[in-house]
Amino acid sequence: MCGIVGLFAKTDEVQRRLGAHLASMLLEMNDRGPDSAGVAFYRDPAPAEESKLTLHHPDLGYDWAALAADAAAEFGGQPGLRQRVNHAVVTVAAPAEAAEVWVAVAHPEVRLMSAGTVIEIYKEVGLPRVFAERFGVAELDGTHALGHTRMATESRVTTDGSHPFSTGLDLCLVHNGSLSNHNRVRKDLQREGIVFRTENDSEVAAGYLMWRMREGATLDQALEGCLEDLDGFYTFAVGTADGFAVLRDPIACKPAVLAETDEWVAMASEYRAIATLPGAEGARIWEPEPATVYSWEKVPA
Amino acid sequence: MSATTGVETVDLASTPLRELNQRLHDQAKVAEPIGHWQVVNPSGAHALACGLDAPIEVEIMGHAGYYCAGMNQQATVSVHGNAGVGLAENIMSGVVRVTGNASQAAGATGRGGLVIVEGDASARCGISLKGADIVVRGSVGHMSAFMAQTGRMVVLGDAGDALGDSIYEARIYVRGSVKSLGADCIEKELRDEHRDEIGELLAAAGVEGVDPGKFHRYGSARKLYSFHVDNAGSY
Repeated sequence: MCGIVGLFAKTDEVQRRLGAHLASMLLEMNDRGPDSAGVAFYRDPAPAEESKLTLHHPDLGYDWAALAADAAAEFGGQPGLRQRVNHAVVTVAAPAEAAEVWVAVAHPEVRLMSAGTVIEIYKEVGLPRVFAERFGVAELDGTHALGHTRMATESRVTTDGSHPFSTGLDLCLVHNGSLSNHNRVRKDLQREGIVFRTENDSEVAAGYLMWRMREGATLDQALEGCLEDLDGFYTFAVGTADGFAVLRDPIACKPAVLAETDEWVAMASEYRAIATLPGAEGARIWEPEPATVYSWEKVPA
Repeated sequence: MSATTGVETVDLASTPLRELNQRLHDQAKVAEPIGHWQVVNPSGAHALACGLDAPIEVEIMGHAGYYCAGMNQQATVSVHGNAGVGLAENIMSGVVRVTGNASQAAGATGRGGLVIVEGDASARCGISLKGADIVVRGSVGHMSAFMAQTGRMVVLGDAGDALGDSIYEARIYVRGSVKSLGADCIEKELRDEHRDEIGELLAAAGVEGVDPGKFHRYGSARKLYSFHVDNAGSY
């Protein structure tokens, strides 16, 4: 089944309370995906010339301070460190690409969840409401965020198999549905140098977007490519540094509801998640058309 | 069977959904059913008020999830909010009304009764309709009335792609625009009997001040395989 939620703030007030709003949306989708949950928040931009990584290590006692000190030794500056359960956001005085390569070589024991200047991804197995409580999702602010609750179908319930999946710098994907040609597409993408960590179909969709954008496609073009190259059922929500996009398969098998007010844009698998938002009763509400890319972006100040 | 007066309120914040549905089902077995029910705090629960078979009125005071009022017989179920996928699926008789929007497959396979959506219905509204009537004050999404066999659908707004694809003998009336017609679905002449039919359906749905003459009628061109007399021997 799986549940997807997304929220894009149009006002400072909604930005401040983004986590509280997204957490209540996620809780409504608890029963749609009791196996694991995850969120991607776009928040707290890294200082100019710096980047931030979200990293995961299963051991709660992992020495993140030592890793942050290593980053400072490598890149200079004062690396920032914020631990959240078994995840940590490390700010590094280097571009995200260099930071990504460094952490893979110097600390192969940690898993990279996201890299960029604004994105933070947290995900873990277990009930979404336990996840939201444990990770303090309600405390987070941000410009926009996506969340996912997973009911696993074709691959194992693991942290790596949880959503959101990183699809590049400041990009992520959440998926409700199942792809039928993912083994074939995975092989093709592996030949192109895309690395996969799981047997999960959604990770293939994430890898596909990553590859298309690496080859020069815009996000909209990459999403339109999904319509040609991915076979199966899907509602995708994709987070970018400036906003998010939604795409449903050509038959629109999987549910999706969009709603917009002057304060926010929201997307969810079911309306009940949107009903938790302030002003939902007056929102413009519609279900996205099949095979159509919808996207929202921050208006530059 | 004669129903009692007074309102029975059930709070789903404290009552399990199965208990509510069981109590509603039990109304079919008693001589004097409780005639009027209000369900508060529905919070988008799935399978609300499904399988009813008594002349009772059930008001759901909030949003309903999937398959609300499925298989309804005799009862009048109103959702004061939005409804999820599969509203009034396979409705047999009675009335199901939603004050907001209905998600995909509203009224699917319905055999009788009336489904009223006061907002928009999304994709596949009235798919495989088998005799029920559907009135939508807003618009319907893509693939609505797909393979609809009999019954009537009145849409005051617009229709999405592939309206009436592979339709049999159901009749579709749309006042607004139709994005595209599905295979074997064509526009047909709107005659007096159709205007009368639209007028009756609008009245039944409580829609006032709408001119039945402003609608377009769509139905089957009867060109697909199963309509060819040459294929009669195949059955």
